Amino acid sequence: METITAASGTTSLTWLLIALPLAGAVILLGTGRVTNKWGHLLGVATIAGSFGVAVTLWLSLLAKPSEDRAVRQFLFTWLDLGRFKVDVALQLDQLSMAFVLLITGVGLLIHVYAVGYMKGDDGRRRFFGYLNLFVAAMLLLVLADSYVLLYVGWEGVGLASYLLIGYYQTRDTAGPAAKKAFVVNRVGDIGMSVAIMLMFAAFGTVTFQGVFEAAPGASSAMVNGIGFMLLLAACGKSAQFPLQSWLLDAMEGPTPVSALIHAATMVTAGVYLIARSNPIFDLAPTAQMAVIIVGLITLLAGGIIASAKDDIKKALAGSTMSAIGYMMLAVGLGPTGYVFAIAFLLAHGFFKAGLFLGAGSVMHGMNDQVNMRRFGGLRSVMAITTATFGLGYLAIIGIPPLAGYFTKDLIIESALARSPIIGGLAIIGAGLTAFYMSRIFFMTFIGKKRWTEDVHPHESPWSMTVPMLVLAIGSVASGYLLMRDYTLEKWLEPVTGFVEPETSLSHVVVTSITLTSVAVGIVAAILLYLRRDVPQVAPEKVSFLVVAARKDLFGDAFNEAVFMRPGQWLTRSLVWVDNRVIDGAVNGVAASLGGLSARARRIQTGYTRSYSLVMLSGALLVLVLLAIVGR
Amino acid sequence: MMGLPAETQGLFPVPQLEYQNLAPVLIVLVAALLGVLVEAFLPRAARFRAQLVVSFGGLLIALAALFFAGDADGIIAEGAIAWDGPARFLQGLILVLSVVAFLLFTDRKIDPGRDAFAPRVSAIPGSAEEQSLTEKLVQQTEVYPLALFSVSGMLLFPAANDLLMMFVALEVLSLPLYLLAGMARRRRLLSQEAALKYFLLGAYSSAFFLFGAAMIYGYANSLRFSEIAAATSSQSASEGLLLVGIGLISVGLLFKIGAAPFHEWTPDVYQGAPTVITAFMAATTKVAAFGALLRIFYVAFGPVREQWLPLISVISALTMVVGVIFALTQREMKRMLAYSSIAHAGFLLTGVVALSQKGVGAILFYLVAYGFATIGAFGIVTLVRDGAGEASDLSAWAGLGKRSPGVAALFSLFLLSMAGIPLTAGFPAKFAVFSAASASGASWLVIVGVIASAIAGFFYVRVIVLMFFTDPQDDSTTVAIPSLATAVSLAVCAGVTIVLGVLPQIGLEVADRASLFIR
Repeated sequence: METITAASGTTSLTWLLIALPLAGAVILLGTGRVTNKWGHLLGVATIAGSFGVAVTLWLSLLAKPSEDRAVRQFLFTWLDLGRFKVDVALQLDQLSMAFVLLITGVGLLIHVYAVGYMKGDDGRRRFFGYLNLFVAAMLLLVLADSYVLLYVGWEGVGLASYLLIGYYQTRDTAGPAAKKAFVVNRVGDIGMSVAIMLMFAAFGTVTFQGVFEAAPGASSAMVNGIGFMLLLAACGKSAQFPLQSWLLDAMEGPTPVSALIHAATMVTAGVYLIARSNPIFDLAPTAQMAVIIVGLITLLAGGIIASAKDDIKKALAGSTMSAIGYMMLAVGLGPTGYVFAIAFLLAHGFFKAGLFLGAGSVMHGMNDQVNMRRFGGLRSVMAITTATFGLGYLAIIGIPPLAGYFTKDLIIESALARSPIIGGLAIIGAGLTAFYMSRIFFMTFIGKKRWTEDVHPHESPWSMTVPMLVLAIGSVASGYLLMRDYTLEKWLEPVTGFVEPETSLSHVVVTSITLTSVAVGIVAAILLYLRRDVPQVAPEKVSFLVVAARKDLFGDAFNEAVFMRPGQWLTRSLVWVDNRVIDGAVNGVAASLGGLSARARRIQTGYTRSYSLVMLSGALLVLVLLAIVGR
Repeated sequence: MMGLPAETQGLFPVPQLEYQNLAPVLIVLVAALLGVLVEAFLPRAARFRAQLVVSFGGLLIALAALFFAGDADGIIAEGAIAWDGPARFLQGLILVLSVVAFLLFTDRKIDPGRDAFAPRVSAIPGSAEEQSLTEKLVQQTEVYPLALFSVSGMLLFPAANDLLMMFVALEVLSLPLYLLAGMARRRRLLSQEAALKYFLLGAYSSAFFLFGAAMIYGYANSLRFSEIAAATSSQSASEGLLLVGIGLISVGLLFKIGAAPFHEWTPDVYQGAPTVITAFMAATTKVAAFGALLRIFYVAFGPVREQWLPLISVISALTMVVGVIFALTQREMKRMLAYSSIAHAGFLLTGVVALSQKGVGAILFYLVAYGFATIGAFGIVTLVRDGAGEASDLSAWAGLGKRSPGVAALFSLFLLSMAGIPLTAGFPAKFAVFSAASASGASWLVIVGVIASAIAGFFYVRVIVLMFFTDPQDDSTTVAIPSLATAVSLAVCAGVTIVLGVLPQIGLEVADRASLFIR
């Protein structure tokens, strides 16, 4: 285990990372109309400042030897009640640094983009306030030094995303979508709070350092229990099976939000949680296996859903599910996978943000339409968007030498090293990715124009294209820069550990198999969507798989069956019990309390004489009690 | 009149009074007397401003005097008053809470009849006299001196170091409250009924207290707390007198804090009294009475704790359970808050059972959290109105979150704090009293407390759900725009609730440092 030193010199600036966007959020949400004019610029400035601090911190960490990079900045004691003591302190190490750079960097680009995208929107100041709040909460999440503080950030992120998803209050679908995200996330949060309680019960502490030092001494049932609870939490936040349903509905917010929520931040929180808790998962093989299974199911399900969606944002959301599935799979693999998961996560941050911003740019030019069946041929009018989106597309499907190739292939390789079945499913996933991404690209930018009559597509303003260009550069180069000469492995090794995966197949063979799978996906998409005309209305006569995929693989039906129906059944039966209680039978806690209350109310007659009688009886009771004790 | 005969001189010594330490009480008393003079001699039009100057001036100067009074512990005023950490802390808290509550008194924008008080309390409800006074927008300002008298009694109550002083303080704080409870402008019959009930039952409980004090005097031959404590540890004869004394004094004090089974006045009085008065007395009376209760049990009856601990434990459990069970089915907002305050008395009593310095610190912190949340919540109740005044029925609050999200959010904050949800002041407060009680071995009580909190969570959250997730039934409910003073008062309450929730350690440390009773 690496040593953690107290923050000093440059690293004592760590708190500023969070304080800047937080101050921005407070000012923007607190001041009202006064800041309407320049509020969005303040929002951008705080994130820019935060990014500047992040780079400075990164350089100062680079200057230190790799074992001494982790620092802890104590801020204040939140609560000290004897055995229960919670400090508010930040921990900056290689893992959190990677996330901080991603969050502030991509966050900054998205803020700049949003300036153009939200132009003319009445609530722009409020929107930027939410964005700042989101970034601040996310930074707190990755910089916390204890599970309790992480939980605060975790909830903050949930709140901000709820506000952002529900931003278009006037749309009928925005409210329910926001509520759905909120409710599903609460299910995950139960896992988080139970995990924290278990840790406190087992180890008497909730700091990362304390828990990780004590974990080897705990029973295997305990660490597996904690592992499963953390996995449940991660599933909620990262939209993993079986808590994935909120993500597709969450597409209701304005596009930059989708990008921010997906690419850089919220959905990666679950991956961060498991990577951060690596000492626990390394002790809990059963929980680790569960992580792998969840990852595999989600990466395939996400791919299938993305292949059938006609709404460009929803297709990309399915793709995100699938990509996070890869990351979960990788963190489930243990020390052979942590680094690759983070590598893919960072690269994904670039290309998925780029893809979402590209989708936003398309919508901007097409009167906010999202149906890809009415796009087509946009490359002729939106050259920059086509180029940046295209680079993101090639990167995500893993064409060498773009970012996806360097990072996703390594996950597949270490999956193969664990088991051919896991690796095989991951390779099928790669083919699916190639298929649905090609489908999106072809339907939107290539082929015949299927536009509705009232649209006049045009390229977006520079404040939107510049962030897209920067992200495109990242999509191209980030993979090579991260994985060249074991750069990221060396950087993260002190925190997560690293073991080279051992495969019987050589690197070249694995790559060729994967690329073959990708090629099959692309060819299938060409045959289906370039050689044939795309119908402007979605065909009705389709196979069962397409029907299922269009309905999010029955995710809502699953929720209804597993969560909603039993919940309704529970409430209905409670009502039944309640009725029975009033009829005379005694059963059911909630009901009997209500009944008790209704009956007890009769004591409260309103007559002073009966009140004084009760007081007199009370006084007698007091005296009798004293007399009994006094004996 | 002739002077005293020479031979009696020296037999009746002039008492030595530490004016510096007594200054806060005296200043508030002087302000109250000035208020009476204002009522008597100034023309009606000028009274309001004059009363504001006198009241806020008096309270703030008293606060400053308290600040500069020094913190050397000691028994002062010939042994009648204790000057120690809890006394100073509670006096400060009472003064601050009073300022915040007085701000609510001053509101003249919410009600169309301008302020919240009856134009002439002696006018028969519904009479022609009352109607003409209301039409002429006549305002009375008697509330200010009355409330100031009450504050002076409250300041003395937690500092009283003998039974006589404690009784005097009890009466000084109670009598004006009986009057204030009957002054509501709307629903005047209900208000007058509340006042009469409060007076009758209050007098009844005072009699218990006085009778208990007589018993204790018979037992210890003294009214001073330290001497009672000394007597309990030295002699074992006539134990009966002591037990009866403890029991009867407990009845008097438990009545004031609203503990079961002496709580039944609370909902009626809280509902009938003008809401701003309810805010004032719900917060400050509880603070003062808990101070007195702690001092008498810790200092005077400390040596015989085995005798009364089971009693207070049972009362505490009973109070929590009664408070939350009754609150479940209330349809009226003020009554629900009244039962909630009864439940809080139960939670606070668990800290008394802890019988440790940690427990005292926890109670002091809890009182801060409770006081501000209570004034805030009742303050919001004054804003939500229908045609007949305040909208009392819960159903009128449905959908408030859509119409006035700010007010609904603020009310939710206070409710969440009362429910003890983290990041509000209520959470560390509850956590602190429960952990103090469990550290002293009262685990069963803590279990009852946690279950009661869980039940309590239900009726607090129900209101929040009602406000944010239910559609309004009709449009008769309106939210009044308050005056600046009310807004400031609510902002202070919200600020304290949040700050102590996010950074509780600051408050806990101050409370901990003030938690040692002088004996």
